Amino acid sequence: MTAHAEGDRPGEGSHTYDNVTCPFCGLLCDDLQITRTGSTLKVTNGCPRAVAGFQRPLPPAKPQVRGAEVTLDEAVKAAADLVRQSKLPLYGGMATDVAGARAIMALADRTCGVVDHALSESSYRNTRVVQTSGWIMSTLSETRNRADLIIIVGTDVHKLHGRFFDRIVTPEHTMFDGFGNKRTVVFIGEGLDTSAAKGPRIEEVITLPVSKDRIPELLAAISARVRGFPVPAPEAPAQPAPKKGGLFAALMPGSKSAAPAAVHEIAGVPFDAIEAVAEKCRKAHYGVMVWSPPSLSMPQADLTVHMMTEIIRELNVTTRFAGLSLGGSEGGPSAVSTCTWQTGYPLRVSFANGKPEYDSYRYNIARMLTEGEGDLLLWVASIGTDIGLPQTKLPTVVLGTPGLRLAQPPTVFIPVGTPGVDTAGQMIRCDNVVSLPMQDLGRSNLPRTADVLAAIEAAL
Amino acid sequence: MMIKLTGGKVYDPANNVNGEVRDIYFADGRIVPAPADGRFDKEYDLRGRVIMAGAIDPHTHIGGGKVTIARTLLPEDHAKDEVAHTALTRAGTGHAVPSTMVTGYRYAEMGYTSAFEPAMLPANARQAHMEMGDTPLLDKGAFVMLGSDDFLLRLMASKASFEQIKDYIAWTMHASQALAVKVVNPGGISAFKFNQRKLDLDEKHVYYGITPREIILTLARGLLELGVTHPLHVHGCNLGIPGNVETTLATIRATDGLPLHLTHIQFHSYATEGDRHFSSGAAQIADLLKKYPHISIDVGQVMFGATCTASGDSMRQYTGAKNADPKRWVVMDIECDAGCGVVPFRYRDKSYVHALQWAIGLETFLLCDDPWRIFLTTDHPNGAPFYTYPHLIRLLMDRDFRRETMHRVNQDALKYSTLPMLEREYSMYEIAVLTRAGPARSLGLKDLGHVGPGARADITVYKDDANRERMFTTPELVFKNGELIVRDGKVIKIVNGATHVARPEYDRSIEKPLKEYFDRYLTVRMENFRMSDDEIIDGGRGEVIVQPTRARTSS
Repeated sequence: MTAHAEGDRPGEGSHTYDNVTCPFCGLLCDDLQITRTGSTLKVTNGCPRAVAGFQRPLPPAKPQVRGAEVTLDEAVKAAADLVRQSKLPLYGGMATDVAGARAIMALADRTCGVVDHALSESSYRNTRVVQTSGWIMSTLSETRNRADLIIIVGTDVHKLHGRFFDRIVTPEHTMFDGFGNKRTVVFIGEGLDTSAAKGPRIEEVITLPVSKDRIPELLAAISARVRGFPVPAPEAPAQPAPKKGGLFAALMPGSKSAAPAAVHEIAGVPFDAIEAVAEKCRKAHYGVMVWSPPSLSMPQADLTVHMMTEIIRELNVTTRFAGLSLGGSEGGPSAVSTCTWQTGYPLRVSFANGKPEYDSYRYNIARMLTEGEGDLLLWVASIGTDIGLPQTKLPTVVLGTPGLRLAQPPTVFIPVGTPGVDTAGQMIRCDNVVSLPMQDLGRSNLPRTADVLAAIEAAL
Repeated sequence: MMIKLTGGKVYDPANNVNGEVRDIYFADGRIVPAPADGRFDKEYDLRGRVIMAGAIDPHTHIGGGKVTIARTLLPEDHAKDEVAHTALTRAGTGHAVPSTMVTGYRYAEMGYTSAFEPAMLPANARQAHMEMGDTPLLDKGAFVMLGSDDFLLRLMASKASFEQIKDYIAWTMHASQALAVKVVNPGGISAFKFNQRKLDLDEKHVYYGITPREIILTLARGLLELGVTHPLHVHGCNLGIPGNVETTLATIRATDGLPLHLTHIQFHSYATEGDRHFSSGAAQIADLLKKYPHISIDVGQVMFGATCTASGDSMRQYTGAKNADPKRWVVMDIECDAGCGVVPFRYRDKSYVHALQWAIGLETFLLCDDPWRIFLTTDHPNGAPFYTYPHLIRLLMDRDFRRETMHRVNQDALKYSTLPMLEREYSMYEIAVLTRAGPARSLGLKDLGHVGPGARADITVYKDDANRERMFTTPELVFKNGELIVRDGKVIKIVNGATHVARPEYDRSIEKPLKEYFDRYLTVRMENFRMSDDEIIDGGRGEVIVQPTRARTSS
């Protein structure tokens, strides 16, 4: 490890980097052009999130132990001391690239710790579905070229992934003449930004405004309709039944028509509008249902994901339909995939018994911290500043990007580089298929997370 | 350091050595001739032992997205086979789709020192290499999948020049760091995206209007003219469908002199006789293969028990998903490039269909008389996990054991297979061909699969044991690059293997239309799609070995 934990790399001229991959959301857009002058970056073609991420002024940061500035070697030694003394270290955050995830796994395996990602609560909304029934999925390029129907469920995609519409929904060209040239975009949810769904590719935009907690109801109606089941209008509230012979009274001719016609709505949306969307699903050549797991914040959101995947499964009996899950910020897919190929399990793994043991409830680090489990938290947050250290009384080692929001001063703080900005590496995209090279844009001399962790492991 | 292996019985078919007692010397990771002065630094007395090169698995799904999907799907399967870390080895899980490190350890503990991932999607190549990079003790390499990728289909549909198609094949091999090229359900993965549910050899793709036959011949001829040693690796049309033996026979006849490798042929050897319209076509295929000496096969043997099928063939896996056990499965359409389907499965010995699949695989082994053209695989994990190989070897080498095993399977199934009539027993020499010399020759691995001077010192030493399953389960010693990595079937040292690639020549101008294509349609830049050597070398985690290709030719 030759790099030093210094913020700036001053005194260099201007340099332009092409085909830069952006680490700041799960789409990993890799067509950015970024110019660096000294340690200042300027993004030519990024979404607001990319611009905010790359152009954030990097505050100076030095390694610290209990609030005092130390050298990197001293910080590594202090971290190793804490790890060595710990009986059940918790390795959380995991916001890093594949190399960083590998290093966390190696350390956790060796020290009988627990691994979990800061945002994995939302990724389990998908994982639980995969591990109970599976699914049929698409990827970004496939959707871009092929989809004639895109249904966005409960997710403000434009806000979360600023270039999704530009790159996937509305690009000028499609590969297949006569397939997916014109597309219908359906928004299911309230208050979603539909402004980006425009341009020559877009034939129709439909919104089914429904509050988040009632999305499952609406999906259930679509599910029934794509299977051909009737969804009858509710009957008007029954008249007070006579005390005797109520059953017979209800069966008497004319008793039904006596009730006033009810408005046929599901979750506050007119049934006809839902029926129209179900019909579009059946008629689509290649439909794609899009969601971002963090946005599905309704209770038991995995059941909502399951509802979507079952609609998709049903539609594939006659046509083609697939899901596309977005999200994947803070290196989530890199952490999940690395843990899965190395242990067989998608995070929330404990090595306490030497073997990998998987329990998505028990080894939820947020829960463990709340309930006083574990005796050390090693938190990696090398990408964004928002997944700061959670509140805890445990001693903490933080490997973080300078400026990381911290609920309390960590016992040991080691500033590390952001993959794709300060250090080179590889990350995995939200569709879990494509992985991309991350460039070192020369912003700083901050060390790689993987190298710091390897140094800690070597010092144990 | 000069090491001498003294007095072992050597089976080294590449050098025509058939069970002769020989001394083997190696130094600095390579086998060397006996030193003139007879000096050595360390000696292993191997009198009475059997020595072969480290075994090579030429078709095993060990890395890439679909393997990790399969891992994700089956937590309860891992829970039965959790592996604790030791001072030397990492923790992980095993059974049907083991984690990467456990894959490396268990292959090595079985005497294997190389394993090749046969279905790397170009779009997923980087992850496949990352997973193989986390698979220690083995040399590895990957066959990149073409044939349902829209760029190739567009070239073919627009009648692009054959030289341009060859440039594209070669470029893809470079960009994805591949050793060979595989085609899976040619055109069918793409056709499934257009809602075609079946694509026979001469059936037209609904959008491109081209047929699987044309795709196979284009790729096979392209690879031949590019000088790539391993011929096109073909997972044919109609996998698993009764009657598909006709498709397979037609595919063989279509080659007309072109070399081809037909993979997991067991799944493509089904005829339609009998009450259940499902019978063995293995004999017909074995007969025809005698007339087509340029075609090689691997078997994809089925073994009884739970496993997980993981394939690029989204079309066939979607149809097969109704038999998923447990009832969960994943199908994906991928990046205008390929697809995948992952379906857990349990093969039952009392099931007519599964017993027949088992019998067809064994028939194929026993009927094909040229061991140089048939490789021992279960298409891990599709037919069974790779650790069933020693059992399979015993079934091939031990007729009595085979007969005993046959008693336990569905007896009706055996009536529709020639297996009960086959007396053949494989010799040790033939097993060495199947698992070492044959795959090395076919894949063009010049210094693997043999123990002659110049070879890498990948060497496996077995105790000679009449119970061949026991013998091949627990080798006494395994050397990798001259380092002793396994003793008595347990890993004692960790080393990293190399990644083998082939780099046929191509005209760089192919990058112009490719760049336009990437920029216009895809979500990854061409520049980022290409994988650099450094990504594999990764500061010493890996090594890239470029295997030679013949000079490029044109027809």
